[in-house]
Amino acid sequence: MTPDENILLRVENLVKYFPVHSSALFRRRAEVVHAVDDVSFVLQRGETLGLVGESGCGKSTTGRTILQLYRPTSGAVYLDGVDLVKLKGKELRMIRRKMQMIFQDPYASLNPRMTVGEIVSDPLLVYNEVRSRKEIDEEVRYLLGLVRLDPSFTNRYPHEFSGGQRQRIGVARALALRPQLIICDEPISALDVSIQAQVVNLLIELQKKLNLTYLFIAHDLSMVRHVCNRVAVMYLGVIVELAASYELYHNPLHPYTQALLSSVPIPDPNVEEKRQRIILKGEIPSPVNPPSGCRFRTRCPIAQAVCAELKPEWREIRPDHFVACHLVNFQTQ
Amino acid sequence: MPEPLLDVQGLETQFKTPDGPVHAVNGVSFSLANGETIGLVGESGCGKSVTMLSVLRLIPSPPGRIAAGSALFHGQDLLKMSNEEIRQVRGAQISMVFQDPMTSFNSVLTIGRQITETLETHLGMSPAQSRQRAIELLDQVGIPRAKDRLNDYPHQFSGGMRQRAMIAMALACRPQILIADEPTTALDVTIQAQIIELVKRLRDQLGMAIIWITHDLGIIAGLAQRVIVMYGGYFIEEAPVKELYGNPQHPYTIGLLGSLPRMDLDQRRDLVSIEGLPPVLFEKPAYCPFAPRCKYAIEHCQQENPLLVEIGPGHRVACWVDPRTGRAR
Repeated sequence: MTPDENILLRVENLVKYFPVHSSALFRRRAEVVHAVDDVSFVLQRGETLGLVGESGCGKSTTGRTILQLYRPTSGAVYLDGVDLVKLKGKELRMIRRKMQMIFQDPYASLNPRMTVGEIVSDPLLVYNEVRSRKEIDEEVRYLLGLVRLDPSFTNRYPHEFSGGQRQRIGVARALALRPQLIICDEPISALDVSIQAQVVNLLIELQKKLNLTYLFIAHDLSMVRHVCNRVAVMYLGVIVELAASYELYHNPLHPYTQALLSSVPIPDPNVEEKRQRIILKGEIPSPVNPPSGCRFRTRCPIAQAVCAELKPEWREIRPDHFVACHLVNFQTQ
Repeated sequence: MPEPLLDVQGLETQFKTPDGPVHAVNGVSFSLANGETIGLVGESGCGKSVTMLSVLRLIPSPPGRIAAGSALFHGQDLLKMSNEEIRQVRGAQISMVFQDPMTSFNSVLTIGRQITETLETHLGMSPAQSRQRAIELLDQVGIPRAKDRLNDYPHQFSGGMRQRAMIAMALACRPQILIADEPTTALDVTIQAQIIELVKRLRDQLGMAIIWITHDLGIIAGLAQRVIVMYGGYFIEEAPVKELYGNPQHPYTIGLLGSLPRMDLDQRRDLVSIEGLPPVLFEKPAYCPFAPRCKYAIEHCQQENPLLVEIGPGHRVACWVDPRTGRAR
């Protein structure tokens, strides 16, 4: 395979703005939420890219815009070299089957009136993939087996299952059309600690077995390190840093990444005792009026005048380690 | 050993449901020393919040009922006090901070009014005094322009700010005990770090004791001196913080610690998954409640529920099996 064939997904300058009408009556100047603002990255076949950041940073919107659940304001999303943004109708539907999504809330994402069998086989019916009752049953059995659920559960309803089991039903549904790309949108954050490991282990196992590519959207940085090959850190609609997991966790260059990593509690009192935290001041600004220049500057402990004036360039500081910060060179040398 | 500040013995709480009474807390005992921080850890439904709500008599009744136990605070049993007496303790000497500050504040009163009300009720301050003190408190928890924010309503505060204001309100009367029920679970990590830093600073300044309820073993590692792990309404392990993380003895604690990925370690290890689900107990079990999910379980575990027994200095565990050998203790 040439390097290009190895790329499954290429996101280029993706922008998604949402208009907000603050008052219908007085029709003030229409404002926009800058949810995703010029995001670019590639996904290699078979890898897991983590997309991390705090609530409101645009990570879920990025995932949904890639799937064309939201149509982007501008930018391109190439899946296997085809720009999804230019497609619509039947063409889009046919290519969209290659991408699926696993949702955060296993209680809200399964229709309570459908049986497990109906939920899991629904994508197959939508795409006319199966002909007979027998074929459907076989597929459902196979899919439930993949996610380690008892095939006899076919006729039960979602409410009979626990959160972890429901999430596995969601995974089985996502796998029905044999997708190549799965966007996992916080797939474990609604689950209890002891259940999280079950789901994560399953996702890792399925990836190996089916050669899946994951975009893993999450805020739990410990789990992201465990699951992902590479990690992109988002802040207020932009990616501020992207590197291989090992590199990012060992050598975070962006001040936001550094603060974020230092905020994550480590379950070991001996480590916690010696830790120095970077405590950020204030909170994430509104994406309606993002700060000029670098979006992180209002909370950045080392911000300088230039940060307010110029938008930092996206630079490759080391091989495969990208960062958008004016001050990184000063720091590392 | 000095007299404990709070001494809870044999606490039992049940909830009436259409399917019969649910045994939420099943005879738990612990004591809290002056200035000490205890982490109370467990998953949803294990009874950790109900335990502390029972101590403060905040269980809605019916359907809830405190069936047995005592909770001595300065020698007085909180569970036997009149409603008027417990109200004097609550919010003044023992305060509580909840997970969701939006539902804990009254949304039609200003933040300032809610803090001054506490001060006027418990400390008998005049409106002018209480206003001044409220500004100091908001300032102390790091709310900028505290004087102006006093007139804001809760919805005008962000999540992190509301939690700070909650803490300011809880600390208004300089309580001796602060009960924190997952106060940072709904917050982002950088905001969580701010809040924890704040609580640690205030704890050291004011010398109060804290009981921090959480499912997150990460937070507790850097915050508590002692940790109690709950499962199915029972305390199943209790130890000084370093002992618990370094030498966990209950299979559930071992499983919980093993299910957490470690961001700081390069060696990638497989996560331990605990199969099955936590129980809902309609009767007190005649077996270990963790036995159905336990990979160490032996025959004895099915026949008798183990009591919490001391196995080292300050280290108590409720398990028939020694997980190091896999045989009976």
